[in-house]
Amino acid sequence: MTDHDKDRQNDPEQGMPTAGRKPAPVENEADEVTQLLSGEGPTVETPRKALRDPATIDLDGPTRRLSVPSPEPVTPAEAEADEQHVGAPMDAAAGAAPTTDAPPTAEPAEVVPEKEPDRVPSPQAKSGLLSLRGRQASPAGLLILALLALFGFTLVVQLRSNDGDEGLASARQEDLVRILSDLEARDSRLQSEISALETSQRQLTSGVAGRQAALAEAEKRADELGLLAGTVAGRGPGLRIQIDGVKASAILNTVQELRGAGGEVMQIAGAENKAVRIVASSYFVDAEGGGVIVDGERITGPYLLTVIGVPQVMQTALQIPGGVVASVNSGGGSVTLEQRTLVEVTAVRAATTLRYARPAS
Amino acid sequence: MIAVLALIAGVALGIVFHPTVPPELAPYLPIAVVAALDAVFGGVRAKLDGIFDDKQFVVSFISNVLVAALIVYLGDQLGVGTQLSTGVVVVLGVRIFGNVAAIRRHLFRA
Repeated sequence: MTDHDKDRQNDPEQGMPTAGRKPAPVENEADEVTQLLSGEGPTVETPRKALRDPATIDLDGPTRRLSVPSPEPVTPAEAEADEQHVGAPMDAAAGAAPTTDAPPTAEPAEVVPEKEPDRVPSPQAKSGLLSLRGRQASPAGLLILALLALFGFTLVVQLRSNDGDEGLASARQEDLVRILSDLEARDSRLQSEISALETSQRQLTSGVAGRQAALAEAEKRADELGLLAGTVAGRGPGLRIQIDGVKASAILNTVQELRGAGGEVMQIAGAENKAVRIVASSYFVDAEGGGVIVDGERITGPYLLTVIGVPQVMQTALQIPGGVVASVNSGGGSVTLEQRTLVEVTAVRAATTLRYARPAS
Repeated sequence: MIAVLALIAGVALGIVFHPTVPPELAPYLPIAVVAALDAVFGGVRAKLDGIFDDKQFVVSFISNVLVAALIVYLGDQLGVGTQLSTGVVVVLGVRIFGNVAAIRRHLFRA
């Protein structure tokens, strides 16, 4: 009924005063009606019922004239007020109550001859109130109930739907577009971040790989150099050579022959089972009282020479006519060659620290 | 009262059935609800003022809802749907405040 209110605001003289407002200035009879209507329910209803009793309850608007003559003895002024009082509810019951902002309806025309126009709305509004509260509601009343139910229904539905999906489903198209573009910008930002991180990851990985390769290479070189320098024990295919009854020169010859035949790592052990690693700087000297001195260690025969290399090649080199085996045998010594798929050179030398030489590069 | 019972029944139906809002209706339902709320408060005020009228209430209720939805629809077509619905909500909010103030004056005399 906001339209009521609007009209009332626009046109204060019309209609009932709202609570807290002064009643609009009206003439006596209207004032009386106003007081009556704005009072509490029972005081309003009682006279009305008394008046309506005879035949008015089921009657439509036009027939209300039957009830207009009040059976009670009243003063003319009261009669007029009561009549208005009675007539109005009938209008409302007929479902065609004239309202303050609906003068074109037929009802006011009917009422006008009896009363002043400005008094008309009040009783009718009262009747509307009663019909809403009341018993057999008019079609309009039923419609109101339906509308209210619909209102509650949609209210709950809307609240629920807002709860449900964060409002995305009900968002407007431009909002969705804005959200989408935001997400896309964020996505591209994250994508560039991902690619940057992947690049740095690749760099780090390649760096690690390069460092690992370099480390492996260095370790390999260190091993090779260690084998050559005699600081690392070695194993591999090779020969075990048993020599007896020879001098240091014969041993030196044997070692040289083996080196020429591709022997890589060698050691020599005497009867004392003490092995000496043979490296580039090894020397052999005949010791007094038998035996030889190898790199400061005195060993005695028989000597066991262990060499890693290609067994066949080294054996062939030793057995070549006029070679080591022949000369040793002719010198009264003995040589025994034994090919092995795996020999172990366990003797190591302490690494020497070079005092003067430095790498040129 | 019956009116309140009808309102509660509607709420109960909404809770029980829990329908989903059709997407094409989604932008207009909130505005329509606010407009209906305005109409309901206006009706309560008119009732307290004693000038309630069935037909008037029905017509104003429906027309309020329809006009509000129409304005929003028009705004959507014009590309200013957000602003226009905000405007509608502001206007309806002002009216609701006015109606509630009248109801409050009537009930508490203050």
